[in-house]
Amino acid sequence: MEHIVIIGNGISGVTAARHIRKLSDKKITLISAETDHFFSRTALMYVYMGHMKFEHTKPYEDWFWKKNRIELKNGYVETVETESKTLHFTDGDTLTYDKLIIATGSKSNKFGWPGQDLNGVQGLYSKQDLDALEVFAPNKNICKRAVIVGGGLIGIELTEMLNSRDIPVTFLVRESSFWNGVLPEGDSAMINRQIKNHHIDLRLSTNLKEIVSDGNGKANAVIIEETGEKIPCDFVGLTAGVSPNIDFLKGTSIETAKGVLVNRYLETNIKDVYAIGDCAEQREAIGNRRPVEAVWYTGRMMGEVIAQTICGHKMKYNPGHWFNSAKFFDIEYQTYGWVFTKPKEGHLHFHWKHVDDTKCITIEYNASTNEFLGINTFGIRMRHEVFDRWLTEKQTIDYVILHLGKANFDPELYHHFEGDIQRAFKNQLQNLQL
Amino acid sequence: MSNKLNYSMSLAKPDAKDFSLKQKVAIGIGIIGLFILVLALFNADINHSGWVLTTALGLIVLGTIWFSNSVYLSESKGIKNDGVWFKSISSRGLIGWATGIVLTLFYIVLYFYPHLLGLGKDGAPNTGLVALFDPLSQLLSGRPASQWFVYGALYTMAILVFGYKFFLKYRHNRYEQIRTGSVMFFQLAFAFLIPEFMYVMNSDLPYYDLKSIWPLNYYLFDSWSIKGFLSAGTIGLILLIFGVVSIFIITPILTYKYGKRWYCSWVCGCGGLAETAGDPFRHLSSKKLSSWKLERWLIHAVLVFSVVMTMATIYSFLGNNPDSYWLTKSLFIKLSIGFLSLIFLLFMLFKRKEFGKDAKNASIGYAVVISLVLIMHFTGTTDQIFFIKSSSLRSAYGLYIGSIFSGVIGTGFYPIFGSRVWCRFGCPMAAILGLQQRLLSKFRITTNGGQCISCGNCSTYCEMGIDVRAYAQKGENIVRSSCVGCGICSAVCPRGVLKLENDGLKGRINPTEILLGNDVNLMDLVNQNN
Repeated sequence: MEHIVIIGNGISGVTAARHIRKLSDKKITLISAETDHFFSRTALMYVYMGHMKFEHTKPYEDWFWKKNRIELKNGYVETVETESKTLHFTDGDTLTYDKLIIATGSKSNKFGWPGQDLNGVQGLYSKQDLDALEVFAPNKNICKRAVIVGGGLIGIELTEMLNSRDIPVTFLVRESSFWNGVLPEGDSAMINRQIKNHHIDLRLSTNLKEIVSDGNGKANAVIIEETGEKIPCDFVGLTAGVSPNIDFLKGTSIETAKGVLVNRYLETNIKDVYAIGDCAEQREAIGNRRPVEAVWYTGRMMGEVIAQTICGHKMKYNPGHWFNSAKFFDIEYQTYGWVFTKPKEGHLHFHWKHVDDTKCITIEYNASTNEFLGINTFGIRMRHEVFDRWLTEKQTIDYVILHLGKANFDPELYHHFEGDIQRAFKNQLQNLQL
Repeated sequence: MSNKLNYSMSLAKPDAKDFSLKQKVAIGIGIIGLFILVLALFNADINHSGWVLTTALGLIVLGTIWFSNSVYLSESKGIKNDGVWFKSISSRGLIGWATGIVLTLFYIVLYFYPHLLGLGKDGAPNTGLVALFDPLSQLLSGRPASQWFVYGALYTMAILVFGYKFFLKYRHNRYEQIRTGSVMFFQLAFAFLIPEFMYVMNSDLPYYDLKSIWPLNYYLFDSWSIKGFLSAGTIGLILLIFGVVSIFIITPILTYKYGKRWYCSWVCGCGGLAETAGDPFRHLSSKKLSSWKLERWLIHAVLVFSVVMTMATIYSFLGNNPDSYWLTKSLFIKLSIGFLSLIFLLFMLFKRKEFGKDAKNASIGYAVVISLVLIMHFTGTTDQIFFIKSSSLRSAYGLYIGSIFSGVIGTGFYPIFGSRVWCRFGCPMAAILGLQQRLLSKFRITTNGGQCISCGNCSTYCEMGIDVRAYAQKGENIVRSSCVGCGICSAVCPRGVLKLENDGLKGRINPTEILLGNDVNLMDLVNQNN
């Protein structure tokens, strides 16, 4: 029986394993050094905040794996010998495979800051990171202030987490506005205000120079690059992005760049070795997507595709319309299609914001054809299926604005804002014509 | 595993999330109010004029309102579940257990030893806690209080003050606010005030909470109840007809249009308490597959029990002679079997597909009811059914289901098993509405394409123990008989994936293998293969 070995039990690896089991009777082994069972990485924040216990982050009960004949191995792969198709573990154990799927995810970026390896300095990615956070920032007495470095999705989550335990947070953001490498100005500015409304000490256009040690190997302050200001703190969160977690592949014949290089079939340069999820890097980027996509949804999609290929229906990774979501404190964010920070050439943005400053949308569209290209929506839930269809049908922005009510996904009895949005759109058009 | 306890060896509470001074004072005020009730319970020599009661209840209300204001109004609008699993009361800690035990003891005393609460025996004046409530009862209906009046008043107060708290907690969510307004209204007006006023108008009427529908209201067809209605003249007859109409006409229509939520989380008193006072415990329900299996057996067994018990009760006071009353024992049996068979056949004919694997279980349930009814008919005597005294079946149901299951376990165990134990495992009304919701209703919870991140907030906060995530992460609508439509899964979802909706029957149950986001051919391929 063919033995499929998957390194990594995150969403990519687990999706692959589940779908291979649905499609075949192959022997499946799922390897992880992080946790015995699959959990939802995106939910770690809610464990620290006390919304859930760690058990609740596990999407399948523990009996699921045995019932579905997916073998679990707790171990850390030290290297891969592709000639003999053998994995070597740090504890000296070995395992042979017929086909190997690398799904090892990401690790937090560190950019060589002085003091970045001190105790109390960490990212937030793994279960181990969460455990360390409980040691260094369990409450506001032990952690009198925390500094978060890096204004992305993990940075704002970590800020919200610490804030939930009343720990004062200084949030250092390199950019002039939160996440403005992705969000347009109006959207980003609203999130800046949301952060400040939660009493976060948000410092825009601010870089970290170094992390200061207390002399016992633990961080006790950071120094700001621009001003030289020293901010005393007991915890430093490094959340300046993630990169593929593939150090163990160094010295193997598997070709890597930033991530494990794969073609559209998610095949590496070595036969029978595949890579999916955060750790995979497309040799050529697909559309507007980045070559390395560290997103939950794309990891899951690659897992679905690789299972088809492994089970004899060779298939390209061919993602549909881009979508993503996040939550910034109390404001939910969803995006469908492509909205860039500044409209691409020949494109325009339509921006609408509610007076309460917690809801807004930005639509990108083609200035000459009026084709709808993408939407960012904050504080108003919208339907994935409807936007996916409108993008496929290449509807115009006029059509989208007129039918926006069809896409509304807010709970029943909520106030609707489509009328307001339609009026704002009309006004903007008139202003453009003037 | 509590993350907190693993690392801190401190004896002092290590959490930063503690009560503020203001919140502690508010809790103190509420406890003083409760303490006055306890003093009354132990027959302390306190003045039983209305002022003491007003003060006690007033302090409880004031404390809760002040506490809620302090907790929620100072914070931004949004989900307020920070620290839920760290607090002793809401994570089965010492305070949680203590609360559970006190509540359970209260229910045992209430149901089985009401004289301990001060109920006067054989017309003797009330003492203790019951006497404390006499002035309020006199004011409303001009008669002394009973233990049920005390219970009803406290119950209503709990729904009102904790409803207010819930209102503030979800002040960003209009669905939750309007729904909570509805349960507060129905409890205050229909369960508490109207029955008292009805008594004032016509003292022959039995206590009748208009919104309490058979089989939840299992005593509706008791002979004392029927006699009470019939002896109260036209108004009694109208009420009895309304009771029957609400079972066979109003309930099916509303459930078809809105799902069982119109009742379970908008109208029902049990649901009302669970959604307000029980809200801090909703996440304690078990999400295990094994619990779901237990739930399905238990709730349907109770349904069978209640149907048979009700039929036996009616049967026992019918006669055999068609000349004295048109509805005889044998005609009643024929009509009942005919009606049940008709419903069963219609569902099997038109809803066979939706039943799926459960068709067998449904057939077993049907067969059990019919055979029990036939056994009853052919072995029963004038005062015996199933070879026991005909009234014992009814008493057994009242004791084990009506009192112990719904009261003692259902509410007393809130802090241990969560707030909907009765609704999930025992309520026969929920079972009937659930069957209809699963098979013949426009209601479903829609999932939003591929946006689910499997975080588990929805499942954790489902009071009915539904593993909502299991559906959401597959992009599959949630069509479950137990869903009471409280809307909290949708509220706590951080990615806007869930929406309660009423829509057409087509495509309501939509199992899929591949989620939206991947290329369309792959979705087609995989979904067709299944």
